[in-house]
Amino acid sequence: MLLSTLFFYLFAGMCVASAFMVIAVKNPVHAVLFLILAFFNAAGLFVLLGAEFLAMILVVVYVGAVMVLFLFVVMMLDVDFAVLRAGFLKYLPIGATIGIVLLIELILVLVAWVTAPGIAAQAPTPPSSQVSNTVALGQILYTKYVYLFESAGLILLVAMIGAIVLTLQHKEGVRRQSIAAQVRRKSSVELVKVQSGRGLL
Amino acid sequence: MIIGLSHYLTVAASLFTLGMFGIFLNRKNVIVILMSIELMLLAVNLNLVAFSSFHADLVGQVFALIVLTVAAAEAAIGLAIVVVYFRNRRTIDVAEIDLLKG
Repeated sequence: MLLSTLFFYLFAGMCVASAFMVIAVKNPVHAVLFLILAFFNAAGLFVLLGAEFLAMILVVVYVGAVMVLFLFVVMMLDVDFAVLRAGFLKYLPIGATIGIVLLIELILVLVAWVTAPGIAAQAPTPPSSQVSNTVALGQILYTKYVYLFESAGLILLVAMIGAIVLTLQHKEGVRRQSIAAQVRRKSSVELVKVQSGRGLL
Repeated sequence: MIIGLSHYLTVAASLFTLGMFGIFLNRKNVIVILMSIELMLLAVNLNLVAFSSFHADLVGQVFALIVLTVAAAEAAIGLAIVVVYFRNRRTIDVAEIDLLKG
C-alpha cells in the first residue's frame, strides 16, 4: 500500500510538472517531448487504477503516433517560434486569473461532491483474479457497445481520408501512369480474329 | 495514507487547468494550442478512468477509449490544416489568420 502511494505521488507530480513545462518552455520541440513525458506518467496512473489496456493504448497511440506526428509537423514547418512567443507575458495576467478561478471551482466541486446513493454499475468490473482488464473490456466493447466501436472506426477513417485530401498536392510536370489512356490507344494494339487452319499470314 | 478518488480528480483538475492556461498563454502558436487541447483531453480521460475504477464500472473505460479516438482524429486533421495553411501563407500566427475577414 505504501509503495502504490509512493508511485501515485511520483506519477502525479511528474505528470503535472511536465504539463506545466509543455506550456512554459520556449522551444516547441521540447514542449512535444515534455508532453510525451506527461503521457507516460498518465499511463502509469492508469496502471495504478487497474486500467492496463488503456495505459498501453495511451503509450502506443499517443506517444507512438500522435506525438510523433506533432514532432514531424514542428520540425517540418519553417517557423520562427520566437516571434510567436512575443505576446507571452502580455497574456499572463488574464490567463493566470482564469486558470486560478477554474482550479478553485474544480476543487470546490471535488470537496462538495458525493455519489448518489443506490447507484448501480452498468457493466460491473470483474475482479482481476478472474479475468484481466483487457478481456473484460473486450467482452463489453464487442457486444454491448459494438455500434460505438464501429462508429469510432468510421471517425478514424474520415480523419485519415480528410488528412490525405487536405495535404496531397499534385505537382506539375510529373508523368504518371494513366491506365485508361493505355487501354484506349489504337496504334499498336489490335484485336485480330484468327481463322482456324489459315493463321495470320 | 490511502489514495482515494479525490486524489486522482485533483490531478485531473490540475492538468485541465494547465491546458486552459496554455491556450491563454500561447495565443499565437497554434501548435502549442493543439498540445494544450491534448492535455485537457488527457485530464478528461483520467477523470473517466478514475471514476470507472473506483465505482467498478467498465463503461467509463469504454468512453475513455472513444475520447482517445476522437482526440487522435482531431490532432491529425488539425495538423493537416496547419500544414496546408503554412504552405499557402508561410505563417501559422493565429492573429494573422484573417482571410475570411471575420
